[in-house]
Amino acid sequence: MATQVIDPRMELEQHLHMFRQMAKIRAFEEQVNELYKGAKMPGLAHLYVGEEAVAVGVCEALHRDDFITSTHRGHGHCLAKGASVNRMFAELLGKEAGYCRGKGGSMHIADPETGNLGANAIVGGSAGIATGAALSAKMRGSGQVAACFFGDGALGQGLLYEAMNMASLWKLPVIYVCENNLYGEYTPGAETVAGKILDRARAFGILAESVDGQDVQLVNTTMRRLVERARRGEGPAFLECKTYRYYGHHVGDVNREYRTREEEREWMTTRDPLQTLADRLTSQGLTDQEVLDRILADVKAEIDTGVQFALGAGYPDVRQVDEDVYA
Amino acid sequence: MSERELTYGEAVREAIAEEMRRDPRVFLIGEDVAEAGHPFKTLVGLVDEFGTDRIIDTPISEPGYAGIGVGAAMTGMRPIVDVMFGDFITLTMDQIVNQAAKVHYMSGGKLKVPIVFRTTLGATRRSAAQHSQSLHAWVSHIPGLKVALPSTPYEAKGLMKTAIRDDSPVVIFEDKMMYRSKGPVPAEDYTVPFGVADIKRAGTDVTIVATSSMVQVALAAAVMLEEIGISAEVIDPRTTFPLDKQALIDSAKKTSRVIVVDEGYERYGVTAEIAAVIADGAFYHLDAPVKRIGAMDVPIPFSPVLEDLTVPNEKAVVDAAKALCRKA
Repeated sequence: MATQVIDPRMELEQHLHMFRQMAKIRAFEEQVNELYKGAKMPGLAHLYVGEEAVAVGVCEALHRDDFITSTHRGHGHCLAKGASVNRMFAELLGKEAGYCRGKGGSMHIADPETGNLGANAIVGGSAGIATGAALSAKMRGSGQVAACFFGDGALGQGLLYEAMNMASLWKLPVIYVCENNLYGEYTPGAETVAGKILDRARAFGILAESVDGQDVQLVNTTMRRLVERARRGEGPAFLECKTYRYYGHHVGDVNREYRTREEEREWMTTRDPLQTLADRLTSQGLTDQEVLDRILADVKAEIDTGVQFALGAGYPDVRQVDEDVYA
Repeated sequence: MSERELTYGEAVREAIAEEMRRDPRVFLIGEDVAEAGHPFKTLVGLVDEFGTDRIIDTPISEPGYAGIGVGAAMTGMRPIVDVMFGDFITLTMDQIVNQAAKVHYMSGGKLKVPIVFRTTLGATRRSAAQHSQSLHAWVSHIPGLKVALPSTPYEAKGLMKTAIRDDSPVVIFEDKMMYRSKGPVPAEDYTVPFGVADIKRAGTDVTIVATSSMVQVALAAAVMLEEIGISAEVIDPRTTFPLDKQALIDSAKKTSRVIVVDEGYERYGVTAEIAAVIADGAFYHLDAPVKRIGAMDVPIPFSPVLEDLTVPNEKAVVDAAKALCRKA
């Protein structure tokens, strides 16, 4: 495979930007957990902590007007595609200033401005939508690409295979991004997924690859290659990213009896996506801890400001309850 | 005005062709829709004019292509998703109910889903329990969806054009037994508005609210009733949502007696909703409780002698009207 020649300074900026985006997602999610524990957030949320390299690596390979569809564990995807922290927090608190004016909540954040066609609370439910967005891009000749995020749990949904079949038949510009975090809700993937994951995509003639989803640089370079290929009209691809969710299925899943503390510790200490990138950049002498600390401080300030904005924001007027049922 | 006649099926095809010529964003996707022209032959010739890029044959994957339609609708296209038999909408329900119907609201009004799900209803084709149902009540139940039920060739064209131009998801049920029936259809561009009922026949003694396939049954019953001195008004809501409640209530107030006839299963069905609307709006004007006539609450049987028992017919409507008018 040919290696791309990239200006090292540009490359460093890109890597620091990815570090910042991952740090933002992590800080956002830690704050969400605090809001839950402090009973300040209605309902539940499915935290993305541990999986940051997937969303960031994928979305940094996309243009602003490229499409994504997201999942119930979607905050990371939305932020990585360019959503603002303020309006994300506002939506999670059911406020008027939120991305969906408080009508969607944690599992339904959509932001057409950044190509985000919405998080989806039906597992695998957006496979058709992402594929349809790719069909639309092809019909309109827009050059856009769609990335469809889903977890290993969605591998049990027939819709995904119907959509992949048509995407391959019609050479649609869509990348199916499987975030394999080893558990579908509370059940290990080993109990639910027969055969080999990549074979499922390959059966449709779809190019399928698997990467370490904790390595943002690897996710990004792989995704760039798949996106450019799709943009050239060479058809869909399937990218499995092996990753891990540090928290439970949702914020209320605190006991996590279905997995061991040792397994969690192993992932958190040896395969953490932020630490992996930080270690690589510093050990190669490309940056130093001071730069990274400054990024972390910036991110913390942004999160603090965002959550204060959301806490102080107003609720929707009750008269809005039956608005926007029909367009 | 033109007195030209088309069949119901030709009217559907003309509506789709005209809208596809008018708006390059409109396309049609489904099973056997291109060269085959659809098993009911309603789409014959469209692929010759518009090509396979806009008349798209799919694998037999109703949930998959329904979802693809939703995604295309969210991103600048205006798809018509063809679901061959109404029974098969059960396969697409997540995409219709949880996705298409909710995206606009869930996104705070930012995303739109201008999509038409085109499907069928109606029994007595001797097709048994999985190809004969009238499931329009299922989708009429869901906020975010509009539901159209054309009862004549005129409405088949006009409601289809309105559906395609609507910015919200619409499910349109065509009566598959009516595809060859003829009626006047203007050649010029026209639409039939949603939420406006049509009085198919004026009368004074009893109101028969009838939908889709049951409009012709109600009209035939009205002729029989006239012979025994009962003047029946036949009113067709044309869309179950939006529902023209006022027109139904006004007719009920005028006649004081109401029968609601619909080919969906009777229990928890369209007849129940319309009866409740009329009871609520015209209670003090009614001589008797609203009479409901729907399909028998059984899986639709194959044998003709059994199947015919399950569908509302003229005799049932006449008997109900005579009882309400105390002429039994």
